Amino acid sequence: MKTFQLTRANDNEQAIAAAAKSKTAQQGADVRFIAGGTTLIDLMKLNVETPQKLLDVTHLPLSKIDNLPDGGLSIGAMVRNSDLAHHPAVQKNYRVLSEALLSGATVQLRNMATTGGNLLQRTRCMYFRDTAMPCNKREPGSGCAAITGINRGLAILGTSEHCIATNPSDMNVALAALEATIHIRGAKGERSVPIGDFHLLPGNTPHRETVLEPGDLITHVTLPPPAPGNRSLYLKLRDRASYEFALASAAVVVTTAGGKITRARVALGGVGTKPWRSPEAEAELTNQSATDDVFRKAADAALRNAKPQSQNGFKVELAKRCLVHALKTVTQTA
Amino acid sequence: MDSESERSASSDQPTGNRKSFGRPETRRQFLKQFTVTSAALTLGPQLIGGSSASAAEKTAPVTAENAVDVRLKINGKDYALKLDPRTTLLDCLREHLHLTGSKKGCDHGQCGACTVHINGRRMNSCLIFAAMHEGDEITTIEGLGQPENLHPMQAAFLSHDAYQCGYCTSGQIMSATALLKEPCGPDDADVKECMSGNICRCGAYPNIVAAIQSVRQNKEKPA
Repeated sequence: MKTFQLTRANDNEQAIAAAAKSKTAQQGADVRFIAGGTTLIDLMKLNVETPQKLLDVTHLPLSKIDNLPDGGLSIGAMVRNSDLAHHPAVQKNYRVLSEALLSGATVQLRNMATTGGNLLQRTRCMYFRDTAMPCNKREPGSGCAAITGINRGLAILGTSEHCIATNPSDMNVALAALEATIHIRGAKGERSVPIGDFHLLPGNTPHRETVLEPGDLITHVTLPPPAPGNRSLYLKLRDRASYEFALASAAVVVTTAGGKITRARVALGGVGTKPWRSPEAEAELTNQSATDDVFRKAADAALRNAKPQSQNGFKVELAKRCLVHALKTVTQTA
Repeated sequence: MDSESERSASSDQPTGNRKSFGRPETRRQFLKQFTVTSAALTLGPQLIGGSSASAAEKTAPVTAENAVDVRLKINGKDYALKLDPRTTLLDCLREHLHLTGSKKGCDHGQCGACTVHINGRRMNSCLIFAAMHEGDEITTIEGLGQPENLHPMQAAFLSHDAYQCGYCTSGQIMSATALLKEPCGPDDADVKECMSGNICRCGAYPNIVAAIQSVRQNKEKPA
């Protein structure tokens, strides 16, 4: 691990001013915020991340979960994954988020990991994590070893010829289906970014993963009020029953009336280069009957543009079955 | 390994050869002695400096760029330390404070051998910078119970034979004791899910689950 200077940030403005001096907020940042550390310290040990300065943001006043006047929920960036998953408001109104969080990592890691940090969780692509290998995400222009290499766990949606790395987060998938908004405070003031716009597709610049600029501090995430009468679910398929990243996962938020789907929100995990919202699937579901045929059509639509690699072709069918099963379960009358 | 053997030379053998039959040695003392001996055999006297004790004397004081002053509260005791900011809590416990009950397995938060409690919650000490935990209550396996006064979970691990090699055991017990206060369902399957962050290569899982369930169901007798 390269050495660094460690400073405790005592207020948001101080943290933002110090981080604004970084040349980038993306891969290669020389200043990093550190909270749970579950991704950052791991990558620092691998010399994938080599910040010269770390700003400890764990003492910033960003650890609250508040009910919003409109019926929505505000989640501080420092809220730990465990606390969020077990919060009564999340369990009652945003079940998919609780399930997604509890399907990720382990109790120990969830006790450490934060909401803001999970939004910025890095890919598990083994070439990104290995500095001896080429990787456009880690070292722009060095090439992608995964496309011709071991790519069983990597993405089939949103890929480019430069990068096929999967976004590994479960939380992000649920937040996509819940249409969360990310609130950022930066050197130029505050702004709000819908989660769909927060993560970037790799394209020609896989080292740019989010819209964050130097100094940008995620302060909180807001969820809109729960859609009346909705039922939601997170289904995660993986190689092990626990403590494993998704091969395919589905977050669904569905409202039905008289056997008909009146509203559907669908996002997929484990298959996309970013948390993969599928408006195509949602369109196939809306105003249709909750039947297997409809679910299958929605799944086909969600995976229509899938581009499998040499080892992950199975993910196309797996993701479809995952989504169908999730929709079937969530629309089943008790 | 080198620093460990050097330290053991200074801390465990201050007066040279103290070995005497009839005095029970702990496994750790034996292993440390063995390590020193084997290091001496491998490296030869020219590198070790003739004896392991003098090797310890030659150890340079710790100097580190960007070193930070840290006050940590571990098992109810306060420690004032000067640490390289890169020092993980696990390395701080093991290498600086000689609290070697917490084990280093993967060093990447994947195996759970390093599990400790911070403010009552279990965490992977290998993925934590020690300097970020001033003012927090840190508990390690050393603070959980003593040989003559075991924590019920430690007693349960003993009575259920919930280990083989023992390397993962302190992490398993730290997770298991934290689990008692967590929202974990009543079934074995729930325990397995909540314990999935602690890997046991020997495969003692059935007995680990049995030990935990016996404590949860108040079946454990005091040791």
